[in-house]
Amino acid sequence: MARVVVVTSGKGGVGKTTTTAAIGAALAQGGQKVVVVDFDVGLRNLDLIMGAERRVVFDLVNVVQGDAKLAQALVRDKRIETLSLLPASQTRDKDALSAEGVSRVIEELKEKFDWVICDSPAGIEKGAQLAMLHADTAVVVTNPEVSSVRDSDRIIGLLDSKTIRATKGEKVEKHLLITRYDLGRATRGEMLKTEDVIEILSIPLLGIIPESEEVLRASNLGSPVTLSNPDSAPARAYFDAVRRLKGETVAMSVPGEKKGLFGRLFGRRVA
Amino acid sequence: MAVLLAPEPPLDAWLVALDAQIARSPAFFEGKPVVLDLTGLPRENPGLAPLIGELRRRNIRLIGTEGAAANWGVAETAGLPALAGAGQGIALAPVSTPAKPPPEPEPRSLLIDSPVRSGQTVAFPEGDVIIVGSVASGAEVIAGGSIHVYGTLRGRAVAGSAGNAKARIFCRKMEAELIAIDGLYRTADDMDRALRGRAVQAWLAGEVMMMAVLD
Repeated sequence: MARVVVVTSGKGGVGKTTTTAAIGAALAQGGQKVVVVDFDVGLRNLDLIMGAERRVVFDLVNVVQGDAKLAQALVRDKRIETLSLLPASQTRDKDALSAEGVSRVIEELKEKFDWVICDSPAGIEKGAQLAMLHADTAVVVTNPEVSSVRDSDRIIGLLDSKTIRATKGEKVEKHLLITRYDLGRATRGEMLKTEDVIEILSIPLLGIIPESEEVLRASNLGSPVTLSNPDSAPARAYFDAVRRLKGETVAMSVPGEKKGLFGRLFGRRVA
Repeated sequence: MAVLLAPEPPLDAWLVALDAQIARSPAFFEGKPVVLDLTGLPRENPGLAPLIGELRRRNIRLIGTEGAAANWGVAETAGLPALAGAGQGIALAPVSTPAKPPPEPEPRSLLIDSPVRSGQTVAFPEGDVIIVGSVASGAEVIAGGSIHVYGTLRGRAVAGSAGNAKARIFCRKMEAELIAIDGLYRTADDMDRALRGRAVQAWLAGEVMMMAVLD
């Protein structure tokens, strides 16, 4: 049975699209059939991050409105055979999507793929609500700062009230993914502590992705970071997160902790 | 125990009076067997069948009749059995004057077993609100009575919203943006910094809001 995952946050710029691409690619690298769907109609980005922008012909709006068949709009990844992209339209806005049309598209995608990963637009309006509507699982992307945490809290409230699962009295499985975690700023006390973020949002932690040049480089290359540099710290953190998403138990590592001398010694002794 | 209902003509007016009583105390007939006292009805054409329909529509559970005329058949009594003296001693006085004043509304509370998220409002003017979890920054809890938060209170808590100066606010960890009791409020800036992060209760002493650490 296909799993529908929404990557959401409320706030913009926290790393939803990067995360969608990285998680989608990591799942596909493990042999799963994956489609990543860009719901950010009017401000599409996922195609750029996936390096597929020059091959987009039809998009989500065309399929929702019945102007194109799903198979025509899907862009298959050139590097991983089991990974596909359903791009958003850049020339339209969120009102071009209808709940019925989106339902039809998601149902069709669920037949073809193991994982349907929906990249939500920022905000709490129609676009974000349509992106989360069919979700079984939500990855709530949060930066360790107060504004991002509060917006994530708002989104969790919507996940518990506006999704199809919620209206049926079922729960959407929610996971917290902390991104742009900066060790330097964390040690200087300039960021919220991880345990404070978890305490405020009270949902289970899926992973902590360190702030890294590698993520920026991957975006500019048009390649998910798990693909462009699988050994980098952010890529490893995403791989771990994906294993947890699949239900495996993986020990949580805080990025950069082993960099210090004490950390190295301590880490070795424990290992 | 059974309740005795004594309909009187004109039945339309009697039903209006009955509805008024049900509106005053909606739970009055709940689960109670009801016996119809037919002595007040005309001996010819009592009009019972439509009346019984009306009563059943109001979820009144009829179990029998009293005082039916000897010559009435099934057509007149609509098949309800005659119960001699079934409702004796506990007869409901004429419906227009209730036998007893409507019971005091029961004390009510609302229990919420999950965190209250940013942007959500919990409003319960009828009584106390108990939250097992935290109230997020940007969330709002409004209660007619007191508010109990078994978690961190980061948002707003408005107690005694319907004008109850005795209402209080309790929380396990005080980080509130604003608290108010009976219209008197205090923002985070005006709170004693020593209370931050502590288990706190807030109450009114006359026109002054008091706040103190609980433990």
